[in-house]
Amino acid sequence: MSNQYTRITKDGLWDNNIVFAQILGMCPTMAVTGSATNGLGMGLATTAVLVAANALVSAVRNLVSPDVRIPVYIVIIATLVTLVDVSLNAWAHDLYKVLGLYIALIVANCAVLGRAEAFAQKVGIAPAAMDGLMMGLGFTFALTLIGGIREMIGAGTLFANAHLLLGSGFAFLETTVIPEYKGYLLMILPPGGFLVLGFLLAGKRIVDKRLAEREALAATPQAAAV
Amino acid sequence: MGLDQLRGKLAYQGLLLGGVALLTGAALVLADRATLADIKRAQAADMKQSLAQVLPGQYDNDLLQDTVTLPGPEGEVTVYRARRAGRVEAVVFQVQGHGYAGPVVSMMGVDRDGHVLGVRVIQHKETPGLGDKVEPAKADWIHSFEHRFLGDPPADKWAVKKDGGVFDQFTGATITPRAVVNSVKGGLVFFQKERARLLDDGSGAAAALPKPSLSGNTATKME
Repeated sequence: MSNQYTRITKDGLWDNNIVFAQILGMCPTMAVTGSATNGLGMGLATTAVLVAANALVSAVRNLVSPDVRIPVYIVIIATLVTLVDVSLNAWAHDLYKVLGLYIALIVANCAVLGRAEAFAQKVGIAPAAMDGLMMGLGFTFALTLIGGIREMIGAGTLFANAHLLLGSGFAFLETTVIPEYKGYLLMILPPGGFLVLGFLLAGKRIVDKRLAEREALAATPQAAAV
Repeated sequence: MGLDQLRGKLAYQGLLLGGVALLTGAALVLADRATLADIKRAQAADMKQSLAQVLPGQYDNDLLQDTVTLPGPEGEVTVYRARRAGRVEAVVFQVQGHGYAGPVVSMMGVDRDGHVLGVRVIQHKETPGLGDKVEPAKADWIHSFEHRFLGDPPADKWAVKKDGGVFDQFTGATITPRAVVNSVKGGLVFFQKERARLLDDGSGAAAALPKPSLSGNTATKME
C-alpha cells in the first residue's frame, strides 16, 4: 500500500506532472506566471480544489452512472471553486484581491477534471485525495518555477509582493536579483510564458533521458564493465 | 435490484443529475448566505480606502451613503460626496479613458472649486513596464494632476506634451497617459457642467464657477 503512495507522489511531482508531462492546464500556466508569487498563489488555490474534488469524486464514484459522470464531476468542481471563491472573498479579502481574477479560471483547468476522470473515480478516498495533493503540489512547483524564471529575466526581481499572498512574515522572500535592471518586457508578456515552458519541457526530456540511461546502466552491470 | 442494474436506467441518470444539482445548489445558497455580509463589508472597506487616496483631509459624513448618479461622458456616473458640517467640500467619481489595451478606469477627487485633489488609476490592462507607470507604485506621474484645474493649464493645454499639452508622456507609451489625461479633463468638464447638482448647496444653477481668468484668486485656497 505504501508503494502506491510513493508512486502517486512521484507521478504528481515529476513523472506525470500536470504541466511538464501531461501538458494540461495551459490556460492558468500561461496567464498567471508573470511572477513567482502569482504562480505560487494560483498553484496553491488549484491544489485545494484538486484535493477536495478528487476526494468528493471518489466518494460518489459508485453512485454515479458512467453515462452522466462528466456533468456530475463538472458540477462538483464548479461548486468547489465557487465555494473557495466566496470564502476567500469574505474571510481573506486581501488574498482575494491578489488571486480573485484567477480563481474562476480553476474551473476551466482541465487538469482538475482530468484527475477526476483518470484517477479519482477508480480508487478510494485516501489515495484520491493524496493524488490531488501531489498533482497540486507538482502544478504549484511548475507554476512557481515558470513564474520565477519569467520574473527574474523580465523584471529582475523574485517573489515580489509575496507579503500580499503569504503575509508579512514571508516578506524576506522578496528579492531583487538584478538591481537597477531595466526589465525585459518580452518575458512578462505572453510569449515569455511559451518560451520558458518550451525550454523547461526540453530540459525535463534531457533529465529524464539521463536518468533512464543511468538506470539501464545500473540494471546491466556487465554491460557497464565492458 | 442492485445498484449496478439501477445505474443503467434512464430515470436513475436524470434523478442523479437532479440530485447533484440540488445538493450543490443548496451548498452555494448556504455559502452565499454565510459570506454575503462579510463580502459587503470588505468591499465597502476597499471602496473607502480608494476614496481616501484621492480625497485627502477629514470629512464627517459616510461617503458611501451620500451619492448622486448623473449622466456623464461615459454613461451614468456615481458621484460620492464628502461633506464637512453639511456642506459638500469635495466629490469623487470614476472616469474612463481608452488605453492601449482596453479601458483605463480612474477615480478622481475634485474639491468644490474644481481643483483636482487626486487621481488614481484603479483598473487597466496596459503593458507592464511601459503603460503601467500610471500606477503610483511605479512612478510619480499620477501626482502631476494634483491641485490643477481647468485653467491651470487652460483647457486646450490639458493634454500630453506630444499633443501640445503640459503633461508628460512615458518613453515608449503615449496612449496610456493620453487616456488618463483626457479622462481627467473629461471629469473636470463634467464637474463644471454638473457643479450645482453635485455640490447640492441649495444655490442651484446660479452657483458661480471661478472663471479660468480668476483662477489666481482661488489658487490661494490650495494647501
